Amino acid sequence: MLEIDDLWVKIDAKEVLKGIQLAIPLGETHILFGKNGSGKSSLLMTIMGFGRFQVTQGCIRFKGQDITHLPTHERARLGLGLAFQRPPTIRGVKTGDILMACAHGRVSPQALAAAYDFTAFLDRDVNYGFSGGEIKRSELLQLLAQDPSMVLLDEPESGVDMENLQVVGEIIGRLLQKDRRRQHREKSGLIITHTGFIMDYVNADRGYIMLEGRLLCHGNPRDILQDIKTFGYEECARCLR
Amino acid sequence: MSEVKKRAELSREKVAPLGPDLDLKDFTRRGGEWAYDPEYREFAPEERRHLLKAGIELTDADHAGTYLQADTRVVHCKASQPGVEVLPITEAMSRYDWVPPHLWRLVAVDADKYTARTELELDNGYFIRALPGAKVPQPVEACLYLRTDRFAQHVHNLVVVEPGAHLHIITGCTTHPGVRSGLHIGVSEFYVRPGGHLTFTMIHNWAEDVHVRPRTGVLVEASATFVSNYILLRPVKTVQMYPTVTLDGEGAVASLNSIVMAHPGAQVDLGGRVILKAPHSRAEIIARTITTGGTSISRGHLVGQAPDIKAHLECRGLILAPQGQIIAIPELEGHVAGVDMSHEAAVGRIAAEEIEYLMARGLDEEEAVSTIVRGFLRVKIEGLPEGLQEEIEKTIQETGKGL
Repeated sequence: MLEIDDLWVKIDAKEVLKGIQLAIPLGETHILFGKNGSGKSSLLMTIMGFGRFQVTQGCIRFKGQDITHLPTHERARLGLGLAFQRPPTIRGVKTGDILMACAHGRVSPQALAAAYDFTAFLDRDVNYGFSGGEIKRSELLQLLAQDPSMVLLDEPESGVDMENLQVVGEIIGRLLQKDRRRQHREKSGLIITHTGFIMDYVNADRGYIMLEGRLLCHGNPRDILQDIKTFGYEECARCLR
Repeated sequence: MSEVKKRAELSREKVAPLGPDLDLKDFTRRGGEWAYDPEYREFAPEERRHLLKAGIELTDADHAGTYLQADTRVVHCKASQPGVEVLPITEAMSRYDWVPPHLWRLVAVDADKYTARTELELDNGYFIRALPGAKVPQPVEACLYLRTDRFAQHVHNLVVVEPGAHLHIITGCTTHPGVRSGLHIGVSEFYVRPGGHLTFTMIHNWAEDVHVRPRTGVLVEASATFVSNYILLRPVKTVQMYPTVTLDGEGAVASLNSIVMAHPGAQVDLGGRVILKAPHSRAEIIARTITTGGTSISRGHLVGQAPDIKAHLECRGLILAPQGQIIAIPELEGHVAGVDMSHEAAVGRIAAEEIEYLMARGLDEEEAVSTIVRGFLRVKIEGLPEGLQEEIEKTIQETGKGL
């Protein structure tokens, strides 16, 4: 589904990704751990094609197509979808209008919102005055409307209380078709998490630690999380050396 | 010669303190000899479409009254519902003794050469009155129309909303599709009596070389409300206006909203001043300005002269082209204790992260910019003709192209 080969990325003069190697097959969900500033969000933003992230080497292939230099909207139309950690507020642009634009007539924004107790937010400016949980629900409902094949989630549980975490987990499960057997899933995911709470809802297949722009320590995500909790990221840094 | 005329004579060449100075000799005072047109038969389809862009539907249906002046000539004038009077101002002046004393009370005749010329060479204008207690459900439509190239139109308008009455006026000021240049001077004086409610929506749809100098004064009495909506989305050469609203009775309310787009070559200098003279009066000035290459000066001035007043001024500007500029000049004056006054102003370009956010949802860059611009200008104005609402949407959509 998604293959990244020797990807090097700069923001201005600063190297933020250094030789990323990653492959996420159809139906699998991978987890990305790492300290703040290690490059996790930069990887997701680069996959999405945001302008600040300048690819200096390597390539990104999605569904077999080289998308390294494709504009963001074309990547979205191909089936990449990103839930932002801190999305911008856009005054005057209604959440319902964005849901409508994402849906392209495939689903009803009203029905989606009703299913997740979000109807009251449709007429509000997108992300304006939203709580942490409301932002996440807004982001995930946009993805549900968009129906991407590759789901990129940047810290979906951050700022979310326990009650909302349940809803967030349910939506992510739906996005990634976790109700289907693995061989029947058509969706893949790459999720950034610090706490690992979200893994209770997604049964992730593989995990990585990102450190200073490099991916390392791949393996079972629950084992990796346990190691991080026990030894901290510093141990990974020593291991790298 | 009357005192007013004398003052006007003395100010015949007086330069206005704001806006580019115009040489009035550059314009003609010879307008077309347009005949009265009770059925709107003299308007070609292209002209009708053009008028619609200024909100003018050319129908008496669904309107409480209509007034249409082309150059100097009143071509249509009718009150269609009880409780409303619509007359040419010249006729109102001769019909009612009290009308002349109401002129030049809220706008000084010697403010500048434009007010002076209006007094000295009046082309007419509208008189619209809502009778005491009349709740007029449909809007009165007024159109001040430049139908001759290079014509300088001088109008003086008077609106009186009597105690307890409610009125909505939609004024469309525009040019004939063949007109490229001209000057419109519109002096307007509005009286909103106690408990009255006036919504005044003005849509300007001029041509590239047209200059516009409205001069407006508004008096709002106790428990009365004045709402002004101003929309300028099409090209114009220069506009300079700075209406003054006086809240002169307890609980009086004023709300001035404007949506302005400055196209390349345009110089748009807009402002609004509200003087809050009575306790518990409230005022709000909200401006949304976009430049695609022109200059927009957005002024706002709130003057608090009584305790327990509340006033807010908000100016937000978007610069969508490198050579465009927006100058926001908010002013607050509090003269007594107990005033609650605030302002916020923000000028900038569309944040790249907002565009990318929408692109991540599958919108291309043009669609993303249009969506943001549409949101920025989003305004809910009740009673706008459907065709105009579509026109506003279309203009905003076009703005997103090629940026």
